[in-house]
Amino acid sequence: MNFAVLQFPASNCDQDALHVLRNVLGHSARFVWHKETSLGAADAVIVPGGFSYGDYLRTGAIARFSLVMQAVQAFAANGGPVLGICNGFQILCEAGLLPGALIRNRSLQFRCEHIYLKTFTAQSPFTNRIPEDKLLRVPIAHGEGCYFADEETLRLMKVGNQILWRYVGADGQLTDAANPNGSVENIAGVCNAFRNVAGLMPHPERASEGLLGSADGRLIFESLIHALETKTVIAKAA
Amino acid sequence: MKAKIIITPKKAVLDPQGKTVQNALAHMGYAGVGDVHVGKYLEIELAAGDAEAARKQLDEACHKFLSNPVIEDYKLEIVD
Repeated sequence: MNFAVLQFPASNCDQDALHVLRNVLGHSARFVWHKETSLGAADAVIVPGGFSYGDYLRTGAIARFSLVMQAVQAFAANGGPVLGICNGFQILCEAGLLPGALIRNRSLQFRCEHIYLKTFTAQSPFTNRIPEDKLLRVPIAHGEGCYFADEETLRLMKVGNQILWRYVGADGQLTDAANPNGSVENIAGVCNAFRNVAGLMPHPERASEGLLGSADGRLIFESLIHALETKTVIAKAA
Repeated sequence: MKAKIIITPKKAVLDPQGKTVQNALAHMGYAGVGDVHVGKYLEIELAAGDAEAARKQLDEACHKFLSNPVIEDYKLEIVD
């Protein structure tokens, strides 16, 4: 499979994402600079974390209008899978490819720590390999990770089974204490109605090798690879 | 011409910055201080011309880019 990892000015998790795809999972991956107009032969797009454009105006607000995002919009409209991680999630929300928005952490603290994620549906290209009761131990590193969506949007998302991951405690319980940023309903990651675009605030690319303390994040990439290999998700040629 | 734009968080959105400033004001001894909301102020210099046309353009820019309608409201003023 071929992965395109986008790069915006001040993206800084692009290298880790590429490393996991290429060196840990053995797939072809290349960087795509924000000024490129084509994604090449990409089967999937990763929008990595960082502080694109210095988070100026609003986090992800400027990256969302980058030239390459036109290609990403077309790719997504054709059913191609897109995964946004942290700043990538913020960019996809700003781009309207995902519902809701990410705002400043409720505590106003930048939270850099390991959290636990519970997966709420295996019916997506990003969660199909995650065992039902398995909690994912993944690190977060963000100051603006508080997920917000209004009541009506949340209602529609629930109807559409679009909430993929929520923050839980080590015991799997949904509590305020387990919520590092004040996200509504402890939401950590969501997908769009068509289920080909997803975003999450935690960093699975930093939890794909046991050496880094957890390899749980790998299951998200493996799900995507599985979906691609079984053609459950596929970008129709433009 | 100049555009003056005020961007504020929507009422439904929690504003922890605003809350923090409110608490700080109270701690500093300012009595009678209620809710505080922290927003953004933009000034955009515009070439002289049709104010109505400029307003329409900037309104679109505000809606599409300068503010995020999911979480923010904006007020746009064009002045000479």
